[in-house]
Amino acid sequence: MDTVQMALAERAAEEQRHHGKALFFWVWGALLAMTAMEVYLTYERMQPTKMLTILLGLSFVKAALIIGYFMHLKYEVSRMKWLTMCSVIACLILMTIFFFPDARRIVELGVK
Amino acid sequence: MADSAVHDVPSIYEPSLFGTYSKKIGMWLFLLSDSLTFGALLYAYSYGRISLGKDWPTPFHSESIVNATIMTAFLLTSSLTMVLAVRASVHGDAKNQRLWLLATMLCGTGFIVLHGREWTKLIAEGLTLSMFPTVPGQEAASEFASVSKGVPQFASTFFTLTGMHMLHVTLGVIYLGVVALRRKFIPILLGLWLVAWLATPVYSPFHYGAHVLLIAAIVCGIILWLKPKVYDSSDVEVAGLYWHFVDLVWMFIFPLVYLMSAKIL
Repeated sequence: MDTVQMALAERAAEEQRHHGKALFFWVWGALLAMTAMEVYLTYERMQPTKMLTILLGLSFVKAALIIGYFMHLKYEVSRMKWLTMCSVIACLILMTIFFFPDARRIVELGVK
Repeated sequence: MADSAVHDVPSIYEPSLFGTYSKKIGMWLFLLSDSLTFGALLYAYSYGRISLGKDWPTPFHSESIVNATIMTAFLLTSSLTMVLAVRASVHGDAKNQRLWLLATMLCGTGFIVLHGREWTKLIAEGLTLSMFPTVPGQEAASEFASVSKGVPQFASTFFTLTGMHMLHVTLGVIYLGVVALRRKFIPILLGLWLVAWLATPVYSPFHYGAHVLLIAAIVCGIILWLKPKVYDSSDVEVAGLYWHFVDLVWMFIFPLVYLMSAKIL
């Protein structure tokens, strides 16, 4: 690695040193607790749409915790955070726009 | 730390736009593209589910849900051991770094074994793809044979999505093995390939899938022979990013595929 790359790697390492182990254990505990909640809801036999909404909500919170703390994105520079997250969310929104109206159309009109 | 600490380093190169080193940016770009692959597969699964409505099968009994929950706990724990490995590496603690990496690999292997066991059970019960070899006695005991014939989208999307994820976990375990053990990992990998190949029956998809380990051993052997190196903390951090991504994807597969298709009696 050249000097700049080494300095950047050292900076990332320096940032890692500031986090206590306890934070990672808290995040891990929160992820396990949310998983347990999801499984509990499955055994409660809720109405599917309501259950899907809650499960997806919990999945997004879990994803945010993993990306933010385990993947360390919370501590990256804002340019990195915004560009990565905005680009992937924009692509997923595009997929939603293309896929789901068609799936709903099949449900409402029936397969011809 | 202020960005100036990095940008003030004299160099002939432009300072990094993202304030971090290039290997990490490369891995983030790969993960962004891979998230779209999994996004497309999850959308395909959801599309099929919405289109078929109540005809969509719910094949996962309580036993499958318990199995998938233990698999999730394995992956979440592996993410914790992975961050501890990264932490040990930045503190220059080589011994603990290796131990935590091995613990991560162990959790990943536990996930693969449980997932493989579940696939084998579902295939034996009749939930299969036409490309899979026929299991002897499958027709007599096939609980899901009608599902495979009547709603082929379920088996196709289920096996593609979970199979792609299982492949990622397998490659992740190999990646971590190379970072932790370097050349010493190649004979271990070859041993695992032999065990996986010889211990699985010829009608199991894992009998052929085991060759992934052989291909990986050859590729890793060539890479380590061409460019032998000692992996530093930045390599461990980049490997960690990949591993956490695999965990992240499962956080969507588990509720959407398993919990939403549960058959709790």
